[in-house]
Amino acid sequence: MQGGANGLAYRGRTASIGFAHGPFVRVDADAGGERVAGNLAEEALALRAAIETASGQIADLAGVAGGEAAQILEFQVALLDDEDFIETIFASIGEGNAADVAWRSALDAQIADYNSAEDEYLKARSSDLADLRDRVINVLRGGAGLPLKVPGGAIVCADDLPPSRFLEIDWSDGGGLALLRGSPTSHVAMLARARGIPMVVQLGAIPHAGTMALLDGEGATLELDPSGEQLRLFEKRREMHRKSRASARAILRRPTAFWRGERIKLLINIQRVEDLDHADAQYADGIGLMRTEFLLSERGGLPDEETQFRAYDAVMRWAGPRPVTIRTFDAGGDKPVAGFTIEGEANPFLGLRGLRLCLARPEIFAVQLRALARAAVRGNLKVMFPMVTSADELEAGRKLFADIVQRLRAEGIAAMLPELGIMVEVPAAALAIATFKAAFFSIGSNDLAQYVLACDRSNGALAPLMDPLHPAVLELIARTAEHGRRAGPSVSLCGDMASDPRCVPALLNCGLRELSVNAAALAQIKQTIDRLSSGGALG
Amino acid sequence: MLDKADEQIFNGSVRLVHAVGMHARPAVKLTKLAKRFQAHISVRVAGAPDWINAKSVAKIMAMRAAHGSTIEIKASGSDAEAAVEALVNLIATDFSDEAS
Repeated sequence: MQGGANGLAYRGRTASIGFAHGPFVRVDADAGGERVAGNLAEEALALRAAIETASGQIADLAGVAGGEAAQILEFQVALLDDEDFIETIFASIGEGNAADVAWRSALDAQIADYNSAEDEYLKARSSDLADLRDRVINVLRGGAGLPLKVPGGAIVCADDLPPSRFLEIDWSDGGGLALLRGSPTSHVAMLARARGIPMVVQLGAIPHAGTMALLDGEGATLELDPSGEQLRLFEKRREMHRKSRASARAILRRPTAFWRGERIKLLINIQRVEDLDHADAQYADGIGLMRTEFLLSERGGLPDEETQFRAYDAVMRWAGPRPVTIRTFDAGGDKPVAGFTIEGEANPFLGLRGLRLCLARPEIFAVQLRALARAAVRGNLKVMFPMVTSADELEAGRKLFADIVQRLRAEGIAAMLPELGIMVEVPAAALAIATFKAAFFSIGSNDLAQYVLACDRSNGALAPLMDPLHPAVLELIARTAEHGRRAGPSVSLCGDMASDPRCVPALLNCGLRELSVNAAALAQIKQTIDRLSSGGALG
Repeated sequence: MLDKADEQIFNGSVRLVHAVGMHARPAVKLTKLAKRFQAHISVRVAGAPDWINAKSVAKIMAMRAAHGSTIEIKASGSDAEAAVEALVNLIATDFSDEAS
């Protein structure tokens, strides 16, 4: 859609509702993927600096990880410190190769050499070299090392944006996200909704540069260098949106939501401790899902026990007597973490992720479990394992956890084993729900739908098929809710469906009485239940 | 640095007892220890044609010294004698932390 004498306008699809008016900032698609090489001296300096940065990052990671992981990382540091090895790379730069090209070909040669070894142990080291190769290249491209420079309140425009890049941007002054490709069901869209940042995806090509932009997350439009008339209409739409939100917020102050005489518990999802600052958070019945992956994206590598304990404890103190469900690290899949997740999996969504990864990396998992065991004595804590397929995994996690509690107590540290539950997101778990001895279940409808429908949720081309209201998905939700009613464990749903008013009637009809939503959606969902309860139409 | 005393070459040889041979952890320890000395230090698996720099972890790994092989060490420079002794001790004690 083009606006005649007006500024240019583009239409995409809504990923997160809201309005933003601010400077238009193009962010390169692939973190500066097309690196521009300088002269010989500049390239040598760039590599020298990148090696130093990478070396510091790895040393930090090693310090936190400890044990075998630290030894493996130490090998990477030693390699960066190997003058003979590094010298050949500088020689290659001297011959006119760009820093990243020279670095990559040297590392690739080493990797090929290790891979050709008979020795399994040496072969296994090649993945460490690949990790090192990619880390330095990322730094060279300005990726991992430097946070994105984006002015406050900006409309950030990119081809697509990985979650880690979203988290690097300072959104405290608002702003919006306009993606040329992308998908409303992607992980980054979820982050945007949780933070109340308007986001529009699939805008197609935007050949024009702009200075100022208007982003309407409801109408899914982006307008560049708007005319006075465009601005006036935009402000009118923003005002209408604000009024309808205000009436929803008035409902928040009313007592608990009821539907057909049954109490509906409304909890909130948080991605990080600061999400509790949202004005509506206080009206929640508790925290239905605290993700912990933010701890893995902090600078300085994997978080130590104290850092984790402080975060969990802050949330426990906020909640008081209300329940707090903390989910253990859900890394892997579309959430890679350097020094933790497995690189080069052909199909990471079906790979070593969630609890599978934690059980495979007990030295990292143990640190989190220690912090959680200590936080458990501070209030009503529940701990939830993600990506569980079989009851054996839950029991393996429980055993690790129980051992850790015992060890903490032996050290004279207050600790207890909290209630343990699982995410229901693997279809096998939903179908065999009765085999799990869990205190509670929380349905992760995003992944559940993705696995049941065989649709990659980050692939925009599949958006029409990616329907969480598909009868197969609803069937599994209903079976899980039914099991909870018969056998006793509580069942809630913490996926995006719970925050979507269009899905709420179906969820209630499936038998769910507990929903965990983004704080920004709490008012609207409560209003929706209120209207359904009084027999009104959906708002 | 170029006086006669520095020209003298010290030699040593020691059997590699580490269970998996000269791999990442031993290689890192060996190069870290070697770097503490000024001396130019070279190592090779006994009988191999080329001597390699004991301060290069990449080259030590590439040496692929297997369990039970004999490592030859030679060093020249002001602290060469101490360097050979320290490296022999490290390998002989299976890369124990005390030796590094």
